[in-house]
Amino acid sequence: MSILTFTLILILGAYLAGLVGSLTGLGGGVVVIPLLTLVFHVDIRYAIGAALLASIANSSGAASAYIKEGITNIRLGMFLEIATTVGAVIGALIAVYTPTNTIAILFGSVLLFSAAMTLRKKNQVALTEGSKLSAILKLNSSYPTPTGTVDYKLKNVGAGFSIMTVAGLMSGLLGIGSGALKVLAMDTAMKIPFKVSTTTSNFMIGVTAAASAVVYLQRGYMDPGIAFPVVLGVLGGAFTGAKLLTSINPSTLRIIFCIAITFVAFEMIYNGYQHKF
Amino acid sequence: MKNISTHLIQDRDVEKIVGKLLRFGVITASIVVLAGGILFLIQYGTAARPDYHIFKGEENSYITFKGIFMGIFTLKPMAIIQFGVLLLIITPIMRIVFSLFAFVIEKDKMYVIITLIVLAIILGSTFGGLKI
Repeated sequence: MSILTFTLILILGAYLAGLVGSLTGLGGGVVVIPLLTLVFHVDIRYAIGAALLASIANSSGAASAYIKEGITNIRLGMFLEIATTVGAVIGALIAVYTPTNTIAILFGSVLLFSAAMTLRKKNQVALTEGSKLSAILKLNSSYPTPTGTVDYKLKNVGAGFSIMTVAGLMSGLLGIGSGALKVLAMDTAMKIPFKVSTTTSNFMIGVTAAASAVVYLQRGYMDPGIAFPVVLGVLGGAFTGAKLLTSINPSTLRIIFCIAITFVAFEMIYNGYQHKF
Repeated sequence: MKNISTHLIQDRDVEKIVGKLLRFGVITASIVVLAGGILFLIQYGTAARPDYHIFKGEENSYITFKGIFMGIFTLKPMAIIQFGVLLLIITPIMRIVFSLFAFVIEKDKMYVIITLIVLAIILGSTFGGLKI
């Protein structure tokens, strides 16, 4: 296969990855790793480097749109980024000593968990009574809805912070945004309405990924020949996905994609178990 | 009451500028990556696909800032792509720097400190063990 053919097929694949990532809310990075390793037989380390870039592109591109709508809680994001960036740095350090097959199995497990999280019942209720710590840290805020501005308060700040550290660790180790874990921390532990938790999580993904990105760049994980088609393809796909989301109801699509992703996750775990990475 | 409302307006303005900054960073990075990519395909398009199933890691010649910047001046396609990659990585970091200024203007001491901590972690990771 020539470089030209490889690049064109990879752009198309990355475009689909960005589209699926955006429609399911999983992010493009998560879909890029199985695409590169299972379909193109690329070493998982190159795939991790490319996925990190895809996560940053996805997050920065989408976050700019969400902030405009005023849903993102910037203070909450900034506070929790202490946890995710520390986790990401530790993850990137551990990554060197982790066998690639273990990484593949871990990735498959996170993918399974993420797919399940996408189909969960979402928290729509805004708390009126928050914890003491949430008030001290000025994390309580409000967000616009079609029926007017809704105030919300939050609790279990410590638990949320701890889960965020794990989310950062996974992000640094696997090169993914681990949006599902971030949403778990905000949605399930801190009881934040899902619109706020999804957008704030997306906002944080870029910063978390940036914390380990240069480390990976200097370890040679980011190959220009792979980075170029992946970044452009994923961005294009995410852009189309965002446009589609405003005109179609993705709930059926989401279920189909999540089932597909479950199979991919098992394939990753199986191949990792068989030492194929 | 008046004080609170002007405070909120400032907050919204800052958020809008941050949003624009993120978009500008992503667009600039993708244009640079695209330009490098086109040059890359013109020069190497007909060559066979490298053995990506074998991880070469640090043999890669464009992993240092010096290597990337030297490569740009000699118009090496791979270096231009890596420069675009660097721009993409810098975008969220710039977002934090900007938020820092915003919290300083708002005189929100607690969040100035929180933002400085985040920035220190990222820069520490970036420049610790750096190969220039």
